[in-house]
Amino acid sequence: MAEKETTLGTLPKRDGNSGGLAALIKKSASDKMGPEDHVLVWPNLVYIELISMLFATALLLFLSLISPAPLEELASSDTTPNPTKAPWYFLGLQELLVYFDPWLAGVVLPSLIIVGLVLLPYIDPNPKGKGYYTFSERKFAVLGFCFGLALWYILIVIGVWFRGLDWSWYWPWENWHHHKPITGGLVDLEVIIGKTLGMSDTPLVTLGRYGVTIANLITWALFLGYYAIGFSVPFLTMRKFYNTLGFVRYNLMMFMFLSMLGVPLKIFLRLLANVKYVLVTPWFKI
Amino acid sequence: MNKLLDQIRENVTQTQVWKSIFRHGFPSNDANRALVMFSNVILHLHPVRVRRGALKIKFTWCLGGLTFFFFVMLAVTGVFLMFYYVPDTRRAYNDIKDLGTVIYFGSLFRNLHRWSAHAMVFSVWMHMTRVFLTGSYKPPREFNWVVGVILLVVTLVMSWTGYLLPWDQLALWAVTVGSKMAEATPLVGNAGPFGPELGMGVDNDVRFVLLGGTVVGQSALLRFYVLHCLGLPLVMALFMAVHFWRIRKDGFSGPL
Repeated sequence: MAEKETTLGTLPKRDGNSGGLAALIKKSASDKMGPEDHVLVWPNLVYIELISMLFATALLLFLSLISPAPLEELASSDTTPNPTKAPWYFLGLQELLVYFDPWLAGVVLPSLIIVGLVLLPYIDPNPKGKGYYTFSERKFAVLGFCFGLALWYILIVIGVWFRGLDWSWYWPWENWHHHKPITGGLVDLEVIIGKTLGMSDTPLVTLGRYGVTIANLITWALFLGYYAIGFSVPFLTMRKFYNTLGFVRYNLMMFMFLSMLGVPLKIFLRLLANVKYVLVTPWFKI
Repeated sequence: MNKLLDQIRENVTQTQVWKSIFRHGFPSNDANRALVMFSNVILHLHPVRVRRGALKIKFTWCLGGLTFFFFVMLAVTGVFLMFYYVPDTRRAYNDIKDLGTVIYFGSLFRNLHRWSAHAMVFSVWMHMTRVFLTGSYKPPREFNWVVGVILLVVTLVMSWTGYLLPWDQLALWAVTVGSKMAEATPLVGNAGPFGPELGMGVDNDVRFVLLGGTVVGQSALLRFYVLHCLGLPLVMALFMAVHFWRIRKDGFSGPL
């Protein structure tokens, strides 16, 4: 071993109150800088904080005076408001309910967002861009993050300002008290595939409640194929990218990234091709 | 006149009582400016000195600090509101009405509480975005980012639990929408994938645990109230302590 192991015996005997730890602390970059690079926190930083708090207080008071907290009628389970809206910060998820079942929109997708955020510092091995704003040195990371952020905010804006009665789309200049005609006609992907290719509805195999048709198998292949191709293409064409990440980081990152891309993809399938579910089983539908 | 003021100041600041409280003089010279940061428990969240670059407003936009400020604002106005609010479905709504009609500054405090909550959710998001864009989560600060994500989630849950308390239509139905989603949790929700197969029903799944019943009623109001006023703030304080401590230990990642 080149480095001397740190044990209590190697610590200096007396070193103020730090129990000898002070001697072990490595000098950081900022310690090496001269006093001219440093300023006292009082008054330089505490004054900035004081002023920003004063501005924030003024803003809060102003908002409180011009826009008081609402109080509607007493809670009653007999009359359901139309539409019922969650608080604004959850409206992105509620908007997703249009395109996904509640277990995905309300539970799995938000959980994936949280897990993805937690994983983020561990799957970004790029040492550049620490401590300053930069796009050119970390294009993929910034683009990926901002894409997710934009998705989140766009869905919230739609939920807050464009959804009215029956969760229909309303433009701000439209009459929000008239119901929109119910637009139906959504079909599952396996039905579209079965009809287009002229396949029979009789199941190939039956597993309990699950009648597996050929069209159903094709949707499985498409669903898994989306991930399989998504994982393979960067691996095959951008080996340097894969090598900087390594096996574990690469797979975690690609799973998160492809799942994130899958959300707008499903939205487009729904809007452009009237697809209700891309994958149907008796237990869950995606 | 000045002499008199000096004399008074002398008589106050040279007493045993004053000196036992303040271990530094007025922060009018560098020695005392350093001491005030060093010996005050709240100011000790900061180091005595920072790099010049860390002061740039365009680097942090003060967002982390403002989020903490909104939290303090919420705690102060929240305690005030607690004096007048009882989490009982028969009077909660009227208590909130009273805030707007019979209690001095009642509506001001309620409005401040509401706007601070909105502001906190927003500033937490903005803070996270800023920390991402400056790459401040990179080693050695990875774990503090994780703590930040936990704080973000707790902030949202705090906001959401507070949403039920006015017990008006807005509150009831917003929480009903949310609890519908809980019901759809895979494995542990009665309407979620594989939930029924695992024996989940309306009276034993995760929604039942959240609401303390099968509908948003008295038990749900009490649960949300206790979580909002006590449980979650404690969790929040704990993780904030870790969050701030780590920043203090690792320093700003800001420009040199």
